[in-house]
Amino acid sequence: MRLAQNVVLFARVLRASGIPIGADKTVDAVRAMPLTGLERREDWHATLCALFLTRHEQQAIFDEAFDRFWRDPGLEERMRAALLPKVEGRTPRSEAGGRLAEALAPSRAAPPPRESPPEVTVDTTLTFSASERLRGVDFEKMTSQEWDQARELVARLRLPVEDVRTRRMRAARHGGTVDLLATLRAMGRSGGEVTRIERRERSLRAPPLVILCDISGSMHRYTRMFLHFAHALERSRPRVSTLLFGTRLTNVTRPLRDRDVDEALARVAACVPDWAGGTRIAECLREFNRRWARRLLAQNATVLLVTDGLERDDVGLLAAEMRHLERSAHRVVWLNPLLRYAGFTPVASGIAAMRPHVDAFLPMHNVASLADLAKELS
Amino acid sequence: MNSIEQTEESLAAAGYVADRRLATAVFLSLKLGRPLFLEGEAGVGKTELAKALAQALGRPLIRLQCYEGLDIAGAVYEWNVQKQMTAIRIAEAAGEANREALEHDLFSAEYLIRRPILQALQSPTPAVLLIDELDRADEPFEAYLLEVLSDFQVTIPELGAIGAIETPAVVLTSNRTREIHDAIKRRCLYHWVDYPGAERELEILRVKAPGAAQALSREVVAFVQRLRAMDLYKAPGVAETIDWTRALMVLDTVSLDPASVGSTLGVLLKYQDDIARFGEEEVAQLLRESKSLAA
Repeated sequence: MRLAQNVVLFARVLRASGIPIGADKTVDAVRAMPLTGLERREDWHATLCALFLTRHEQQAIFDEAFDRFWRDPGLEERMRAALLPKVEGRTPRSEAGGRLAEALAPSRAAPPPRESPPEVTVDTTLTFSASERLRGVDFEKMTSQEWDQARELVARLRLPVEDVRTRRMRAARHGGTVDLLATLRAMGRSGGEVTRIERRERSLRAPPLVILCDISGSMHRYTRMFLHFAHALERSRPRVSTLLFGTRLTNVTRPLRDRDVDEALARVAACVPDWAGGTRIAECLREFNRRWARRLLAQNATVLLVTDGLERDDVGLLAAEMRHLERSAHRVVWLNPLLRYAGFTPVASGIAAMRPHVDAFLPMHNVASLADLAKELS
Repeated sequence: MNSIEQTEESLAAAGYVADRRLATAVFLSLKLGRPLFLEGEAGVGKTELAKALAQALGRPLIRLQCYEGLDIAGAVYEWNVQKQMTAIRIAEAAGEANREALEHDLFSAEYLIRRPILQALQSPTPAVLLIDELDRADEPFEAYLLEVLSDFQVTIPELGAIGAIETPAVVLTSNRTREIHDAIKRRCLYHWVDYPGAERELEILRVKAPGAAQALSREVVAFVQRLRAMDLYKAPGVAETIDWTRALMVLDTVSLDPASVGSTLGVLLKYQDDIARFGEEEVAQLLRESKSLAA
């Protein structure tokens, strides 16, 4: 069945562009075909969306892949379109373009050229944007000795973030409340005698952590070190999100989750457009408050704000956004590298505007001398 | 519901105006026996869909509201320990010596408290199970839900595995206050519920606020649509549009003017920072824009 093959191929293209699709979903798509029919393209689109997507952000990539893949009317053309996507004069340029181009590229090279080797056309328009991004920044690799030092430090770091009490219960020796069910079970075991009253209490757990890290020019020396720290944090505790900001806000939680720290940082570098540029703290906080706060700050999240607070533009907006952040987060901890200078007093207007809205204001080197280490390495 | 069109129609008959894409997802979810995962901003009609679906199918709706710390005792079943204890005391007082029989009795259906998930599985007629605001529950509960969603079965140690008598239609919703694990989503059909376009929103108002004059509805929709395009902490959802229209009707408003908008803005906007942005001047400006849009 040709169409089934096409579905499988299409799923493969999507998988390669980063949308995970299980084999069961492919089977479901084939089952769904006779149900929804193929007369209307939008129905087919809706069907595949419902089956293949798991996050709203995937929609852009999906739509573009769908448009290209299921464009031609004939089945065989569709098939061929999957293997040899034609690049016409005008290709839609969008953020989905780069990933999709990458995803389609291997499928072009992959098919076994038994009868006639397919002509490989290089899609220059689409690869351009990818290389442009990559050109942005290249992280220097740390020497292994430095890395060992850093890792040792990071291991010793104690975050000033307390565990929060959850609403989930666990068995307790003393205190808490009486656990009737467990007591009854114990009675059953001991033949009907109440030998001890079982108790339970609310369990503790590390709250979600949101790291907001300034990567502007003035923070440049600390950023790399702190990203190592963030990487270690993400790998050592659950529910850590990392967002970087300079002139724009970028969520790098997923790229940073790579096991290998160099790989992770390279990925981060590739997806951040504004390394060591200017700062627009207020604007970026505003974007965070609007787009991310409700998704990341639920369940008592603690915010780790890493910035020198040197905002020049809009101090009024900065204060308003900080107030908003303070209200939506459980705790806001500000790590400021400037505090390592003895006698530093927060007089800069941006710092003065932010200062009242944080629960803790700490120099970075108090969190295990991150600042000192950064100085040594730079 | 044997086709997308029929699904659309029966939902409409139950008072829910679904776009074709959503109708397709609902239809497939019923046909493929997969749970439907609805994600979207608050107030776009996710919970409402489950209610309408139950009504359209003529099935009972069983709702599980999620919250942090929700556990099996709250979601699936619980033993009525107080009642068990009493039974033991009574047995003791009566001098009944048959311990095994007593133990057997104690863990029988009589002492079982059924919570929504078990209710849905044991419902003699197939039910619609709504697991609402899953993002409010914590991860351990999500992990537990995996078993329920893939096998439609729960295990009670004292009684063994309990399967579904009739597979319920399952609708999960999330406001996205956190990301739900992919493992859950992979077992479901996914649909992002977006704000409706002007046409559909007008249609929704016709159904949900039937008394409203056509002209007023048009103005309301244009105003809300314009508001959504602005940079707000929380854009008004469809629920807010409906509430606002009803509020305006109660106040006998025939046409929007700065005074009536200003005094009812709290129905639309729920953040003080958002409301504070709209002084008289801004409201008047917004009204002019939206009225030219509505015309």
